[in-house]
Amino acid sequence: MSEQILTNCTVGGPVKVHVENGVITKMRPIIFDDKVDAPSWTVKARGKEFAPPRKTTLNAYVVPERTRVYSENRIKYPMKRKTFDPNGERNTQNRGKDEYVRISWDEAIDIVYGEMKRIRDKYGKAAITGMTSSHHNFGYVHYKMGPFGRFFNLIGYSAMQDNPDSWEGWQWGSIHSWGFHWRLGHNEPFGQLEDALKNTEQIVYWAVDPNSTSYMYGGMDVAIWKYWFKELGIQSVFIDPYCNAGAAIWADKWIAPRPGTDAALAEAIAYVWLQEGSYDKWFVENRTEGFEAFKAQVLGEIDGVARTPEWAAKECDIPAHTIVALARQWAKKKTMLSVGTIHGATGAARAAYGTEWARLCVLLMSMQGMGKPGINCWGGASSGPPFDFSFNFPGYSANGWDALGLVAKKSYFPHGNPVTQRTYRILLPEIVLNGTASWTGEGFCGENIQQQFNKFTCPEEGPNGAPIKMVYRHGGSFISSMCDTNKWVRMYQSPNLEFVVMQDCHWQSETKFGDILLPANTNFERADICEWNSAGGYGHYEMSHNHRIVVYQHKCIESLWDSKSDLEIYTMLADKFGVKEEYTEGNTEEDWIRKVFDYSDLPKYVTYEEFKKKGYYVVPSRPDGTDSPVAMRWFYEGRPCDTPDRLNPRLGTPEAHLLGTPSGKVEFVSRSLTAFDANDQERPPLPRYIPSWEGHTVELAKTYPLQLLTPHPKFSYHTHNDNKTRWIDRISQHRIIKDDYAWWPVRISPQDAAARGIKHLDIVKVHNDRAAVLGIAWVTERIRPGTVHSYESGAKYDPLEPGKAGSIDRGGCMNMLTSGRLLSKNVPGMASNSCLVEISKWEQ
Amino acid sequence: MAKNYGMVIDVAKCTGCYACFLACKDENAGEEHPGYTAAPPMTGQHWINLIEVERGTFPKVKHNHIPVTCAQCDNPACIDSAENGAVYKREDGIVIIDPVKAVGQKQIVNSCPYRVIFWNEEKQLAQKCDGCAHLLDKGYKEPRCVEMCPTSALLFGDLNDPKSAVSQVVAAQKPYARTPEYDLGDKVLYLNIPRKFVAGAVVYKDSDQCAENVTVTIKGEGVDQSYKTDIFGDFWFEELKSKADYTVEIAEPGYKKISLKVRTNTDVNLGNLFLEK
Repeated sequence: MSEQILTNCTVGGPVKVHVENGVITKMRPIIFDDKVDAPSWTVKARGKEFAPPRKTTLNAYVVPERTRVYSENRIKYPMKRKTFDPNGERNTQNRGKDEYVRISWDEAIDIVYGEMKRIRDKYGKAAITGMTSSHHNFGYVHYKMGPFGRFFNLIGYSAMQDNPDSWEGWQWGSIHSWGFHWRLGHNEPFGQLEDALKNTEQIVYWAVDPNSTSYMYGGMDVAIWKYWFKELGIQSVFIDPYCNAGAAIWADKWIAPRPGTDAALAEAIAYVWLQEGSYDKWFVENRTEGFEAFKAQVLGEIDGVARTPEWAAKECDIPAHTIVALARQWAKKKTMLSVGTIHGATGAARAAYGTEWARLCVLLMSMQGMGKPGINCWGGASSGPPFDFSFNFPGYSANGWDALGLVAKKSYFPHGNPVTQRTYRILLPEIVLNGTASWTGEGFCGENIQQQFNKFTCPEEGPNGAPIKMVYRHGGSFISSMCDTNKWVRMYQSPNLEFVVMQDCHWQSETKFGDILLPANTNFERADICEWNSAGGYGHYEMSHNHRIVVYQHKCIESLWDSKSDLEIYTMLADKFGVKEEYTEGNTEEDWIRKVFDYSDLPKYVTYEEFKKKGYYVVPSRPDGTDSPVAMRWFYEGRPCDTPDRLNPRLGTPEAHLLGTPSGKVEFVSRSLTAFDANDQERPPLPRYIPSWEGHTVELAKTYPLQLLTPHPKFSYHTHNDNKTRWIDRISQHRIIKDDYAWWPVRISPQDAAARGIKHLDIVKVHNDRAAVLGIAWVTERIRPGTVHSYESGAKYDPLEPGKAGSIDRGGCMNMLTSGRLLSKNVPGMASNSCLVEISKWEQ
Repeated sequence: MAKNYGMVIDVAKCTGCYACFLACKDENAGEEHPGYTAAPPMTGQHWINLIEVERGTFPKVKHNHIPVTCAQCDNPACIDSAENGAVYKREDGIVIIDPVKAVGQKQIVNSCPYRVIFWNEEKQLAQKCDGCAHLLDKGYKEPRCVEMCPTSALLFGDLNDPKSAVSQVVAAQKPYARTPEYDLGDKVLYLNIPRKFVAGAVVYKDSDQCAENVTVTIKGEGVDQSYKTDIFGDFWFEELKSKADYTVEIAEPGYKKISLKVRTNTDVNLGNLFLEK
């Protein structure tokens, strides 16, 4: 039978999908057709011309997407946990070790509906909470914000607030320095590539890996930019305790501070600039406030501690002369600090008091006149291509937690959910196990700064509050991706939790804790529409790729095994609840796709039929010779914001030239923090280095002397790609096969390994008082002594004693080891990179 | 004129993403291409793979990835070793192991000096990269690994066409064989394969400041180079020979001369060198 070539879009880039006899045979990048597809942009800079290749690229982890679709680890049928009886013994203690029995869809939906109804009747709607994972499939109609969001907001539930786990310190910290709450703490990314190619002399990558996490959903399109920087002689300085995948190939200089001391380094850099007068005094005077207090602090006039390079050298374990040289080169060369925006958001911001480092980054760049040509915060040096943003296509979060509501007659977000009670993802185990938990801050605080200070307790006080009795999990796994995830094991085994649904494509680490498993299909088994790499909402236009491409995601194959689309599953439930008409408004899948098409600017350029047949549309770039408005340039020059930063609330007002802080300026001393809690010593109005509560200075370091770093993985998006295809397991940076088992690498310095009798590729036990995880030692010079590095989000929770919280895990779930303590007392973030461990050779 | 396919691999442009490795698996693992290749197992045969090379010591470290695939030799040892014409070279230069005739011929695996032929135990068959000939013959312009490479570190095309990108790189940049000692020919050539480096940092002992703009020289094995230290006092001499002896000297006026003998058994990080009065 002849081969069909269809299109689809993955989390890591759009693909051509070859299908023969109803089976996907290969997936390839899209190679542009020069006769039809719009030309690419060209940037002319310093006598050279730079234009991207005429194709899409893919993140490595989606190259084997075909085998992820057909993976043996798919959830194939609706399943019931063997000893779970909704009408009798629930045996919640068996979650995690029970077997499963296949049931029919009718039976599964009856049980799920029956339990939901029972719990709602007995405890109230608020007793049910639920949450999706990010990015396990791509699309607009079927992405999590659509089917899940619309359904639960329609019927009412305790919405689970999401912590910004990839960039905590930026949201909870830098918003108080430069505003941008509508970007969850990141600055705008616009026009930065062009500005850098034309003007920048140095890029400082601080706690960010531009050859891994910075790619986001953008394939590897922006890798090529890094070679252009080399061609132009732009210097690359990397600051990271680990010589990360970007540093290893692109660094001109690698500086490795002790984990948790980045804020001390930042203060010492400011000290050098103050001593040498090498900062932008005009900017500081005209675009900031509170500088005198900062100056006094750095010079030691407030607490008697001058932030000298020698002082920082002791904290950071970097030579003082290196700190001085870094500061001097930074002041001398036009420098991009590669932080801010999602592409630069990792590492030091995901640590105890990570707010302080993030705020200090903003202050440092303010001292260098952020917004001047070539000088800015530029996350991962990976965003801000010269796109034409006047073309409208909605990103997946364009309508919040009811994506379909964007084009429906009625939207159930933000007003729809009748339940006001909230749960909080990283405190869910406490809420269930202790019966209650309180926190300050609303998760994704994109509406206003005040959201950071709102206080929550679950159960909510009053008649509408309810204890949490049911969790509905949709995709992915919080076991292994959230901190201290043994507590999730304990939570799932608690009788307090009467019912757990797991709806996903694959068996994840968390799946085996569900009572009912619902097999969802992948985006290759249903049709959808999306713009590649477009989040919309709080992340709108944070794009790390070279061509805007809207994709018709063809249904390439029939649903595998007994899986159904998420939309079909929630439609069946909506039918049971008697709200099918409200949920679907009579729309089929194709109707929704068509409505999104009609909502967008596509109809101006292409008919629906043409678009669907061809499968993609390349949005024309900005015409050559037209410069993109550059991020923050307007602020520097005192003009109204001219970038397409659509959610900036000051746009179109007389204050459009100001930032989103209360003063409209960069605030060295935060007004919002002063008003909220001026005496907070853990997030003081004036940021400063605060030694980590689990770092090198604490008593625990005598027992557990190694600092564990757990960045997002390079070869899996969260838990979604690990343990789904054998091929990725053959990449030694990801997993290493030994004795027929795919072990998770733990990177350790030769000195630390030798001191423990550990040899390269020995099986080791990484342990502390919270957990013990087995991995395989990778002895490397790329990690500073005293520090070990192992990616988080392994998708293979494999306890030696299944179903027992605290069991040794041999699958490599490093987040069993990390602390569940919040970033600081008023900051409900995760501090993944503040973790002390010991490592020993595993002999058994 | 017949095509003459060649590949140039620029190691400096390889980010270590393994997209080539994974694209090859997607194309070939478990897949039969009748007339070209039998199905290799799902894992175990890496027709293109990356050699990982970690270089130097903390904190002067680099890491390179060197893609390695069949060299499509000019005079393939595998052809010589095969019986019944089980291995042959196409007019376009691609070397094919006939999946039927080669059954039972394990000597084909052992004949390859480059170690890129694999033994399929189940099928009793020697197997290797076919350059995606099964796709090129259908009109594909590039093998899957090349098509998937995000940075064009892998370049493929017709060496007989002087206008092809690969021909132009060959003409302009003079790529070379990775293992000239095996005399494999010029179908798969390399740029920027890392050699050895000698690096260090110069610091003024008295002031504890990085010594910027200090001249560091290296001599030996026909090399006589100097390097001005950067603002961190760092110097990096690249492109040095392996297992060679060099002398590194710093003769900064007003300071004691530093002279160090180094041998490049590995990449060398000399650490901090202190200038004393």
